[in-house]
Amino acid sequence: MSMKKEKPQGRILVQLFPSLANLASRGLAGWAILIGAAIVAVMAVMTVVAPWISPYNPIAINVGPILSPPSAEFPLGTNHLGQDMLSRVYSGGAIMFQVAVLSVIVCLVVGVPIGLFASYLGGYTDKVASLVMDSIYAFPGLVLAIAIAAMLGPGVVNMALSIAVVYVPSYFRIIRSQVLTIKELPYVEAASMMGAKSRTTLFRYILPNVIPSIVAVATINFADAVLTSAGLTFVGLGLPVSTPDWGWDLTYGRRLLPSGAWWVIAFPGLMVVLLALGFTMMGEGLSELFNPRLQK
Amino acid sequence: MALLDIESLVVEYHTLRASVKAVDRVSLAMEKGHTLGLVGESGCGKSTLGLSTVRLVPPPGKIASGHIVLGETDIINCSDEEIRKVRGKRVGYIFQDPMTSLNPVKRIGAHFVEMIHTHEPEVSDQDALKRGKDVLERLGILPERIDDFPHQFSGGMRQRVMIGLALALGPDLLIADEPTTSLDVIVEAQIIELLKELKESLKLTLILITHNIGIVAETADRVAVMYAGRLAELGQTDDLFEKPMHPYTQALLKSVPNITKKGQVLSWIPGAPPDLAEPPPGCLYHPRCPHAFDRCKKEEPLLIKHNGSQVACHLYDKR
Amino acid sequence: MSLRSYVIARILLTIPMIMLLLTFVFLVVRVLPGDPASLHFEKQVSPEMLLDFKRRLGLDKPLIVQYFEYLAGLLRGDFGKSMQDFSPVSQQIFSAFPATLELAIFSSIIMVLVGVVLGVQASRSYNSVRDHSIRVFGITSYAIPVFFLGEVLIMIFAIYFHLFPAGDRIYPGMAPTGLTIGGLHWSSGLYVLDSILEGNPTKLGVSLRYLFLPSLTLGTVLCGIFIRLTRGNMLETLQLDFVTAARARGLKERTVVYGYALRNAFLPILTMMGLQFAALLAGAVLTETTFSWPGLGRYLVDRISFRDYTAIQGVVVFFGILVAMVSLAVDIIYAYLDPRIRF
Repeated sequence: MSMKKEKPQGRILVQLFPSLANLASRGLAGWAILIGAAIVAVMAVMTVVAPWISPYNPIAINVGPILSPPSAEFPLGTNHLGQDMLSRVYSGGAIMFQVAVLSVIVCLVVGVPIGLFASYLGGYTDKVASLVMDSIYAFPGLVLAIAIAAMLGPGVVNMALSIAVVYVPSYFRIIRSQVLTIKELPYVEAASMMGAKSRTTLFRYILPNVIPSIVAVATINFADAVLTSAGLTFVGLGLPVSTPDWGWDLTYGRRLLPSGAWWVIAFPGLMVVLLALGFTMMGEGLSELFNPRLQK
Repeated sequence: MALLDIESLVVEYHTLRASVKAVDRVSLAMEKGHTLGLVGESGCGKSTLGLSTVRLVPPPGKIASGHIVLGETDIINCSDEEIRKVRGKRVGYIFQDPMTSLNPVKRIGAHFVEMIHTHEPEVSDQDALKRGKDVLERLGILPERIDDFPHQFSGGMRQRVMIGLALALGPDLLIADEPTTSLDVIVEAQIIELLKELKESLKLTLILITHNIGIVAETADRVAVMYAGRLAELGQTDDLFEKPMHPYTQALLKSVPNITKKGQVLSWIPGAPPDLAEPPPGCLYHPRCPHAFDRCKKEEPLLIKHNGSQVACHLYDKR
Repeated sequence: MSLRSYVIARILLTIPMIMLLLTFVFLVVRVLPGDPASLHFEKQVSPEMLLDFKRRLGLDKPLIVQYFEYLAGLLRGDFGKSMQDFSPVSQQIFSAFPATLELAIFSSIIMVLVGVVLGVQASRSYNSVRDHSIRVFGITSYAIPVFFLGEVLIMIFAIYFHLFPAGDRIYPGMAPTGLTIGGLHWSSGLYVLDSILEGNPTKLGVSLRYLFLPSLTLGTVLCGIFIRLTRGNMLETLQLDFVTAARARGLKERTVVYGYALRNAFLPILTMMGLQFAALLAGAVLTETTFSWPGLGRYLVDRISFRDYTAIQGVVVFFGILVAMVSLAVDIIYAYLDPRIRF
């Protein structure tokens, strides 16, 4: 599954995705990617097929006794509304996945072009863009997301937008640092000397080499988006109650803890941790693969 | 009674790809007061051998088997505390690059005091400093410079400081790993002279590890030639230089340009050292050896005695 | 570049950054939703009431005017008025801030301590089970939502074992009073410090007990990056020649690891602490809510449920300025300590 891009003009061998067999042999980083990807894939599939495998309708109330602990009939117990936790756990990731994917898309669409152009063009554009991005980057992420989400109101799109705004600077920074390095490389200079247009240089030469870093940042972005959306839900900026959502169960489950109903918060919480972990492992593995830190 | 006895030492490096034998069944013995020159090209395992004597082989390297006995101490199996006592006190070690071997934020005096305190805690700071100063003076450095930082010394002086630190506690054995490689030729000559002089006056037992056969010629009593982790030849210096036996030794000696002979063609050894992850069968040198024959490709030559020296080559094995 | 010119350049850089931030927050709160005032009211409200409401908060003026009044107010330390009762937000901010500061400080201590110690342990046993477990712990701890971890810890240590309190900062009557000399009175708002100043060990004990779980939660979630940083740094440094040379001189392993190698990691750890400050504040918001810790974070979350947008704006602005100041301070300290920039 190795993709080699060979453009007729500038031949750049870009091995975008190492084949699966290759990954395992790349040591710890490879394993991290595989395990992380597996976790994410399983959870994604689970969320998608939830309607078919859920024993009960996740939002139907009183399908079982209120606050009953895990049992044979309700393996993950029921919550205060008599909803089956297992069904809720199966479909609870939908919101998070949507928010995460959407925010990453927005970041890519907005952050990548800005990063590429600003750093390639240099000068004033670069300085201004860097200033803006650094200001946002320095800010506590969740707080900014809270401010934006509070003003925009609830909803998947709004949550995704708030998260996206917070994370665009990360993309910008990575791209910028890469572009600045690559810009100076001899083969890029050679290309422009041969008369390649700026646009060509940028897209044919620089972009393919920046893509690995973008992928690495995007995966970590996914992880942060999951956690941030949980956080936003926790402070009350989430979605309307009816949609099953791990974040919401986590938030509401708090109040049920003192009465001993640990299962309402535990299983969704575990799911969030797993999902975030899956993405993080992928991200870490990818970063290590593309920029090996320790050459031993 | 040998001061240092290394027997069939095997040191392996375990990497993800393969396990590599950096040192493969090397045996050596050092008598007190003798100097051994350990030569070979980069990566042949000589540094690893040196580090093994004080159990400082860096991970992922590990001493796999064999014996190293220093006096009465079993270096490989003794406790961490015991080996720590050996280092610095019974074995002095000089490293290749004095610039990176000294702690840049510590004064020279502090280096001495710290080391002396570790081994002889009852010595006072002043006495320790005094000893340091004496050592520096002995090595041709002004004693006041004990308060200076490493970066304030030139390369050659730093190396003298290193030698001073190595000798400060009066070790039985001194190991110098490429002590002059990072120095220019003139300073190199001075350091070699210094080592020779110290060797005489302090009756040092010295192992000189280097890829430069030239300096070994004037300082060593015996020379050991290593290739790809194994001992190729071991013998008295004069014998080795006059009548080198192993083809590798011969090639090494030939490749040293001779100023006196005019019109010489610079000779070199074709090929490259073997990839130890996938070593060739039989003799490791056979791919590059002009005298290789059938047996060399199949059977590994063992070290045998020949004319007073030892050599690992089928040419001398009349069986 | 000398220290002085670096400091000046850095300060000059901070000013536009803060301006950008302030403008950005203004745009988000006042411009983005259209009309924050009407958004505040859930039910329909009469136009006269709305106008009166806006006038009292200065929201009826044209945006440009609002913008400059906002900036001018900030220079005076005025962070706006609450939509709920028109009280000055700055009052609330400054009374809630010490609690957040104390939480941040103690969380940092745990974050760095746990991170560095584990990082060193991991580096010393490279590629072993211990090394891998520590690394896994590092990434896992970050993947746990801080409020989830908080709840779990509360369940275990507060509810099940009764070792620590489940929330709040102190119980009534135990708030330390700080330093009293003659008739003069000063308290920092940091209970640990104040109880020491007061000379009251009981209060000190109580304060610490309340502080422990929240700090542990926040510190654990953020320690991962310190584990990685320390481990990486140590692995590199432990390979360096002067470390091997030090060992060859027979120095004790502990001296070598802590005295020689860790010294090198010191500066990057310091910088990272500065960089993590923003993350600490973000995490504090959630932690304070979980533990009912009366700090700025909880105040912010509170205001959200009341749709008190002007108060939200004030708090967010405060956070922004705070982070900018702290990172400026950290950069200056770092420049002072790093001889390359200084000389």
